[in-house]
Amino acid sequence: MKKGIIATILLTAVSVLPAAAQEVVTKKVPHIDFGNTAWMIVATALVMFMTIPGLAFFYGGLVRRKNVLNILMQCFIIMAMISLEWVVVGYSMTFGTSTGFLAPYIGDFHWAFLNGIGINDISPYFVAQENARIPHLLFVMFQCMFAVITPALIIGAFAERINFKGFLAFSLLWSLFVYNPVAHWIWSSSGWLFKMGTLDFAGGIVVHINAGIAALITAIMLGKRKDYRGHAIPPHNIPFVVMGAAFLWFGWYGFNAGSALAADGLSVNAFLVTHIAAATAAITWVVIDMLVDKKPTLVGICTGAVAGLAAVTPAAGYINLSGAIIIGVVVSVVCFYMVAFVKERFGYDDSLDAFGVHGMGGIIGSILTGVLATPLIQASYSGLLYGNVHQFNVQLIAVVTTVVYSAVMTILIFKLVEKTIGIRATKQEESVGLDETLHNEIAYTTID
Amino acid sequence: MKKIEAIIRKSKFEEVKEALHDADIQWFSYWDITGAGKEREDMVVRGQVFESSYIQRRMLSIVVRDQNLEKTIKAIMTAAWTGELGDGKIFVSDIEETYRIRNGQTGADSLY
Repeated sequence: MKKGIIATILLTAVSVLPAAAQEVVTKKVPHIDFGNTAWMIVATALVMFMTIPGLAFFYGGLVRRKNVLNILMQCFIIMAMISLEWVVVGYSMTFGTSTGFLAPYIGDFHWAFLNGIGINDISPYFVAQENARIPHLLFVMFQCMFAVITPALIIGAFAERINFKGFLAFSLLWSLFVYNPVAHWIWSSSGWLFKMGTLDFAGGIVVHINAGIAALITAIMLGKRKDYRGHAIPPHNIPFVVMGAAFLWFGWYGFNAGSALAADGLSVNAFLVTHIAAATAAITWVVIDMLVDKKPTLVGICTGAVAGLAAVTPAAGYINLSGAIIIGVVVSVVCFYMVAFVKERFGYDDSLDAFGVHGMGGIIGSILTGVLATPLIQASYSGLLYGNVHQFNVQLIAVVTTVVYSAVMTILIFKLVEKTIGIRATKQEESVGLDETLHNEIAYTTID
Repeated sequence: MKKIEAIIRKSKFEEVKEALHDADIQWFSYWDITGAGKEREDMVVRGQVFESSYIQRRMLSIVVRDQNLEKTIKAIMTAAWTGELGDGKIFVSDIEETYRIRNGQTGADSLY
């Protein structure tokens, strides 16, 4: 204590600028912390990198050569379109606090067009750093990237057979009426699942389950690809798949460690468990590959890593190292079973396994968060393993509600778009390839 | 003058190449081809094992003088052989005329 006082006096004495002296005083109230702000700008950019080029190339490599541009285009335009949607109404619908009976379910429009958010305003949201916060606008930007990647994940389910206008309409409506409300329930301070105590650190439920279920529904409703014969269609460019998966892994550090909204110990723990869960899941997938099919595949190791990343997302702020390893092993076993056997048995054409990998990864991770959450990381949160049955039940309620809501709303939005704009590409477009027919461009030309 | 086109296993390409060089064929063109027949080979994508009718092979194309036809074909036949289904095929056809662009040589003089 005495040392602290002396240090403060010394600091004040040596500082010639009045601003520096003022900073020492203001440490005890919420303020914009420069270190946290710097990290969160980087984290936001990392999450942006996940959609383009990360997811774009991960998915782009998995499709056939005649449809790769269509996938890249879908990822790119979703970045542009949902970013605008986010600042126009999305942020306000998600994080705006409303009054009345709708408050737990959806925000109002008082932050529409970011109205009233000044450049020096402090973010209303924080995790462990109540005082050392970031600018409100940075929180808006960080969350924008989450709103963008969620509908982009669904692309994997309807790849190679959707028409472009139908895709745009579906993605926009889905973001407005599925992503925004579900994110409000779980992440807004007035959301009903938030108040119930749901743990979703970086979006296992909001992003991965939400998109994964929409993926399963759209894959079924849109029907199979013309050429689908009950098994995967071989990827056209596996180096793209590897590059995309590596970009996703890299960007995921921003996704998960950034969700601490600060550069602190909690953030670094999320960084560590994210990395280790991805590594464990990648190795587990390769081991299964070698046991089942005798050979380790590149598509396999990439799929395993992405499944591990999706699964650790909800848990990253609550589990320790052992939790990360358990999640990594479990998720690869379950996801392998889903994509190798269940998909074939039921015959739905989830082209790039958006449901099998992201949806199932999110479900495994979100439920395991209710088991493995340890008070060693955040003292107030613990899971089943530490005797907290309640947390496990809350996680189940959140998962089931999100699955049901996402499924029902996806069906309604799909039907609406199908009846008005049309959503399935024509047979001609599908067989010639969407690159040439929808975009008038081809990826691999013979022109020097 | 004859054109020899041969479809061979990728795994036999290096052996065929050396056999052709030994038979004094100093240059030939080749490209990767995909066959879509009734024959099937196992493929694995994300744990799903299935039979694919798309089979990867390599095609060579060589134009030779008539007197060199036999030894060239023998070189390919010997080097590309495994005895299993799918060793490939060789097609021989007549060539009407050839020209060497550099000096205008025509006919057999411009060939191996």
